[in-house]
Amino acid sequence: MKPKKILGSNEIETILNRLSFQLIEDHNSFEETVLIGIQPRGAYLSKKISKLIDSFDPQNSLKLGFLDITFFRDDFRRTEKVLKASSTSLEFSIENKIVVLVDDVLFTGRSIRAALNAIQSFGRPKAVKLLTLIDRRFSRELPIQPDYCGLQVDSRLNEKVVVNWEENNDSVYLTSNNE
Amino acid sequence: MSELSVNNLLGIKYLNTDDLKLIFKTADNFKEVINRKIKKVPSLRDVTIANLFFENSTRTKLSFELAQKRLSADVVNFSSSGSSISKGETLIDTVNNILSMKVDMIVMRHPSPGASVFLSKNVDSCIINAGDGTHEHPTQALLDAYSLQEKIGDLKNKNILIVGDIMHSRVALSNIFAYQKLGANITVCGPKSLIPNDISSLDVKVETNFKKALNDTDAVNMLRIQNERMSETYFPSIREYVQQYGLTKNILDSLEKEIIVMHPGPINRGVEITSEVADSEQAIILDQVENGVAIRMAVMYLLASKLK
Repeated sequence: MKPKKILGSNEIETILNRLSFQLIEDHNSFEETVLIGIQPRGAYLSKKISKLIDSFDPQNSLKLGFLDITFFRDDFRRTEKVLKASSTSLEFSIENKIVVLVDDVLFTGRSIRAALNAIQSFGRPKAVKLLTLIDRRFSRELPIQPDYCGLQVDSRLNEKVVVNWEENNDSVYLTSNNE
Repeated sequence: MSELSVNNLLGIKYLNTDDLKLIFKTADNFKEVINRKIKKVPSLRDVTIANLFFENSTRTKLSFELAQKRLSADVVNFSSSGSSISKGETLIDTVNNILSMKVDMIVMRHPSPGASVFLSKNVDSCIINAGDGTHEHPTQALLDAYSLQEKIGDLKNKNILIVGDIMHSRVALSNIFAYQKLGANITVCGPKSLIPNDISSLDVKVETNFKKALNDTDAVNMLRIQNERMSETYFPSIREYVQQYGLTKNILDSLEKEIIVMHPGPINRGVEITSEVADSEQAIILDQVENGVAIRMAVMYLLASKLK
């Protein structure tokens, strides 16, 4: 199957603007809310969103962190693929804060399950919200849904959603898995 | 590279440079984990590890056990005193009995050099060498190199001095292999009687004059005199050894540059180093211990991912 372009850079920009405004609307100046990008791919998205929020509301007190979930995954020793860890950097307390987890694609929901476990090591948040650029609905293996969603995509299990973060040329493609 | 080239950790000799770098990279992640409020990750929750200690140990045993618990592995401990070894059971039988109880990984310390290599050839399990006689102590060398790298950066072309009982020290041999694989130059120093004759085959420099050896070094690793492994006298008296090879604050201060002081422990204060040196800013002895847990977590995590 030829890779099918789902989103181009202009569309992604519009979506990210919308998601940022949604966050500002719900969380005011982010005194009680922190943004946590899931490593590695959610980290890019969370940085972009944090930048946008800064540009729309320069006075905000948003804190941004990155969470590696490798050691919390449930497929360790169950997949041929070697799980490679990235770094975690949370320089603030999440105790009693609203945590917005950020990832690029929500598929089976297992990464988010791992992230929910992983953040417990850093305290007890008041609430956890989920923001994803792409929601591959109908493919969930766990009862997890996004609170902020860029685009819902209908895809088959053997397809793959690829998000490319490139300077001024972001894009999202749907490809078949074996490519 | 994201996978080790080996299925057991028997010695640094069997690892390549990429393995060392992968272990260090993974240890970075675990070091962050053990500095969290909740220091535990669930990665190894379906892995059972047996710690077999046929020889005394405090640091290594505690460090391995903490590392295992922080990875959520199930742990059983065995020490040879009070075991069936004294009833005449062989090493292979002992281990096979333990493996029958569905143990996935063996961490072993043994007084005989080569014990872990021998075991790996005779039983079907993942073996981690926690020190085998005078042969190797790979996790110690890994944590030494990792700690030193943390202080002075890339070890390529750095000069590292290892002082003391080179002959009886497994730390010395593992250190030499590890540092060489990372591109460092090694000098060993000690009384001639405690330096093996064939050490030159390892491409290390030998220097018996301690003060001279210290002059162009970036870091020094002070080893303990392994009295328990000596069956004869290797030097006239401890007093004379201390005079020639003991590291004092005066000696450190007389050097042109500030060098890093390392020690694998246990320290004999007043023998190989004075208390003043051991507790000084230049000593990274307690960093070594802290990093030991992260390094052992990394090693067990990476080996566990290769378990069948």
